[in-house]
Amino acid sequence: MRTTERRGLAIATTLTLLLTLTACGSDDGPGSGEPVPGVTDTEIVVGTHMPLTGPASAGYSKIAPATKAYFDYVNANGGVHGRKITYKVMDDGYNPATTQQVVRQLVLQDKVFAVLNGLGTPTHTGVLDFLHTNRVPDLFVASGSRNWDQPDRYPNTFGFNPDYTVEGKILANHVKTTLPGRKVCFLGQDDDFGQDALAGVEKVLGTDGVVARETYVTSNTNVAPQIGAFKAAGCEVVILATVPGFTALSVGTAARLGFRPQWVVSNVGADHPTLARQLGDAAGLLEGMVGLNYLPMQGDTDNPWIQLFTKVNNEHNGGAEFDGNAVYGMAVGYLFVQVLLAAGKDLTRESLVEAVRKGGYQGPGVAPLRFSATDHSGYGGGRLSRVSGGKQTYFGPTYETDEADGPVNEYTAPPVSPPANGVPNA
Amino acid sequence: MDRFLFLTLDGLSRGAVYAAFALALVLIWRAGRIVNFAQGAMAVAAAYVAYSVTAATGSYWLGFAAALLAGLLLGAIVDIAVMRLVDHRSPLNPVIVALGLVLLIQALLGMVYGNEYLPAQAPMSRTALTVGDTALLSPYDLFVFATVGVVGAALVWIFTRTAIGLRMRAAAFAPEVSRLLGVNVGGMLTLGWALASGVGALAAMLVIPTELGLHPHAMDMVFVSAFTAAVLGGLDSPPGAVVGGLGVGLLLSYVSGYAGGDLIPLAVLALLLTVLLLRPGGLFATVTARRV
Amino acid sequence: MSATRAPAPPYRQRAVDLVRTGRSVPTLLRHLAVAVAVALVVLLVSYQLDSYRNFQLATVAAYLCATAGLTILTGLCGQLSLGHGALMATGAYTVALCQTAFFDRGVTSGAVLLLSLVAAVAVTVTVGLVVGVAAARLRGPYLAGLTLAVAVVVPALTVTFDGIFNGEQGLPVPVAPAPAGLGLYFPHERWQLWMAAGATLLCLVVLANLVRSRYGRLFRAVRDDEVAARLAGIHVARTQVIAFVVSAAGAGLGGALLAVLAQSVSPGAFGLNLSLFLLMAVVIGGLGRLAGAVWGAFLLVVLPDLTHSLTNLFTLSPATAQRLEGNLPLAIFGATLIVVMIAAPGGVQGQLSRLTRALRALRPAGRS
Repeated sequence: MRTTERRGLAIATTLTLLLTLTACGSDDGPGSGEPVPGVTDTEIVVGTHMPLTGPASAGYSKIAPATKAYFDYVNANGGVHGRKITYKVMDDGYNPATTQQVVRQLVLQDKVFAVLNGLGTPTHTGVLDFLHTNRVPDLFVASGSRNWDQPDRYPNTFGFNPDYTVEGKILANHVKTTLPGRKVCFLGQDDDFGQDALAGVEKVLGTDGVVARETYVTSNTNVAPQIGAFKAAGCEVVILATVPGFTALSVGTAARLGFRPQWVVSNVGADHPTLARQLGDAAGLLEGMVGLNYLPMQGDTDNPWIQLFTKVNNEHNGGAEFDGNAVYGMAVGYLFVQVLLAAGKDLTRESLVEAVRKGGYQGPGVAPLRFSATDHSGYGGGRLSRVSGGKQTYFGPTYETDEADGPVNEYTAPPVSPPANGVPNA
Repeated sequence: MDRFLFLTLDGLSRGAVYAAFALALVLIWRAGRIVNFAQGAMAVAAAYVAYSVTAATGSYWLGFAAALLAGLLLGAIVDIAVMRLVDHRSPLNPVIVALGLVLLIQALLGMVYGNEYLPAQAPMSRTALTVGDTALLSPYDLFVFATVGVVGAALVWIFTRTAIGLRMRAAAFAPEVSRLLGVNVGGMLTLGWALASGVGALAAMLVIPTELGLHPHAMDMVFVSAFTAAVLGGLDSPPGAVVGGLGVGLLLSYVSGYAGGDLIPLAVLALLLTVLLLRPGGLFATVTARRV
Repeated sequence: MSATRAPAPPYRQRAVDLVRTGRSVPTLLRHLAVAVAVALVVLLVSYQLDSYRNFQLATVAAYLCATAGLTILTGLCGQLSLGHGALMATGAYTVALCQTAFFDRGVTSGAVLLLSLVAAVAVTVTVGLVVGVAAARLRGPYLAGLTLAVAVVVPALTVTFDGIFNGEQGLPVPVAPAPAGLGLYFPHERWQLWMAAGATLLCLVVLANLVRSRYGRLFRAVRDDEVAARLAGIHVARTQVIAFVVSAAGAGLGGALLAVLAQSVSPGAFGLNLSLFLLMAVVIGGLGRLAGAVWGAFLLVVLPDLTHSLTNLFTLSPATAQRLEGNLPLAIFGATLIVVMIAAPGGVQGQLSRLTRALRALRPAGRS
């Protein structure tokens, strides 16, 4: 028996090793004429990590297909400098350990040119150092954390979403100017999302400007204690830094407690179609909800961007349900194509990063994109929206601000229209 | 005081669902000495059936009935097509198979219905009735209490007053003797699985409308809480499951109301440690392990 | 009746002699020789594989510490644990805190990693001792319930004490680069494999020796029949606590290595899922044999990869692709688990043993 076991051990170990013997590597340094990873004369390979399965995948699982659909549209129109874009989407289930694996697979094995729009703060934070040491451009991370804006430490990493503090400041500014003297309360997710947003709110309203603060954890879906506390404190305005599921849950819970405050919701949790789908018949509770966004509203069928993206969605995304996540995914795709074009025909990782740092991009977004040598943060503002008659529409001016103590200003640059064929021109 | 009352009632209505789900776990444990880790996924599958039926017919109650039926069937199928084929000599084998079932069921649901939250409607108002200024129970909470109460009573009646219940108990406690006496032991086991899975489906129908909505993972956390409840009460004891369920519901409500939601797992661990160190077989343990 | 503190009966000494008969080489030396041989193979292989495969293999090594530990606990001593993910997290966070403390004080030499790893094992052993003492009183599902609660507590702890653990974002793990002597372009992943494989082999030698020692037999006696073990004078509770502590040490080292490989830790990586997957891995690998733990660790890393590549073979329309992507690998994984458990309840190693026995039966003239 013992010999069998030991032999088994030996066989197992040997086979383990041999089975992985699929490719031969060499550790020579990068020679001078070495080709750029992921780029040939006809193709550019980029990759991403996204939660496609698991509890965190709701909504988010639609982003990458939308981006891919936009790339397919561009490819069908001749690609970028004659190169077609291949988008490798890896499922990490929002588990940081899996992200480690799949990002290494993308970079070391699939040899992607860049990582685009990797989603999630805890997941992407874990691979920042790896991407940095391998000099992989890490563009437009899908999260509003401030981690992505560290040009000194991570020169190749760039954000996309407005950071949570910026959002908090703009929302609080709205409350301060249009709802003065009301009792304001705050519910946030128990992580950097909630904390950064609260910091932004308090920068504008002051620490004593918020009557009650509560947090929730995603693993506990009962928010009645928190909402009950708001009701007891007599809150009239509740600012939410919540993911869509918990926005809907908070609104529903408040209704059944007979509590009807003015809801003011940060961008992450304010997508009306997502919320309405979850609330079902109770979607009417969302009437009057104020949200923040920086991309065109999916329901605004007069907007040329929405017309373009709807067309792409029908032609290349199987006509999947068109919501804020789809708009987001396509906006990311559009910006990436813009950057690729700006990087020129002679595409390298350095020229790509240089192109992002040069900045000056205008696309579907209503707020300014703040890319420069010293600022990697992405969108720097947003516009408020309100739900009325079951439709979410923008109102008022667009605001911009910084994550520090700067004032909240109006941003007046006029929006741009997409090019006629829907593909950015150089 | 108002807040205490509010948290207590809220915790109890949560706890009632945990109690029902814990009951389902106890049923399978008593029938086959298996902790059914797939209980949550199976219940979600039944809830999806209800969603489809309600969407097709427009009737909540038809969907409700379909969920119960689907739960019963799924339980029987899982027993006959999967669990009966598993080598039970190692108690771990059924556990691993159940975990495999969880992955399979959740993935299939994700393929068919997508990984998005679908709305789950409550059949009646969830707006709390208020007395003075205090929000008390909603009609839906009362419905939950009534349903769990009826199911509990029905199970007691089946197991203590009917011939089939007697046979099920006999088959579970002394399979060899029962077989000699002409009891269809395998059939009783299948019946146990079906009943348990039906109760699980019922619990899912009751709890999902109060949560984020219908999702392949909708019952994951409920399973953890209900399993804790069943362990607290003692897996052999249906009354224990009810007491454990209500206790866990109250604990969750008080902790997140008075201390903060992030402390809940710590509180659950502390409660489990205290109870199990004093009574290693749960609160209602009747059979003590033979010690030498 | 309390015969638990009676002196060990003499039969156990005989058992030792029985095991040793016909062997002149001491167990430790034999295990060391095997370890050195495996180390050489790993060294060779690390030059043949590309960076990604090296990293995967390093991850296998890290998981192997944990699965080997769990095999001792569950396979040998018969105690179920759903909380080994939490023990891995303990090791991972300890290594993160130690390394950060060293680097903040300007100690950036690669050698401090050894100290951090030792600290990680020590802290995990302490936690394992506490859980083990409680666990020794519990059986079956009650033990499962308690360890499940332990597994769920990790994210809560990191959020509650986010001053230390930095909440859900987790902590960075600063690690010194490969020694300069290896050359400027020495792939970091190869160095990672060397570190992880070295630590894991050391851990395996210790565990393999333990399995062959008096303790290994105590574990098995407790697993097979607690009452009989008690009657034979074995202190059951103490034996179970020892098994838990040993297994915690393995999990702690495994978690620490994972953190070093990822250069970061966050609670999401050590959730309940990890604990459940560890258990699946050791059962599918083959419970009760350390070789089974090797298969288990291998499966943990390769199976998701394999099912993913499998699903990539199909070209799908965007609409179906959206539904299947991610879900299909999980469905295949789940179905595989069920089928393997039904068709081959002994796990991979169990089937191999049967195969070797069958082959030997075909060759009656083989060695005695």
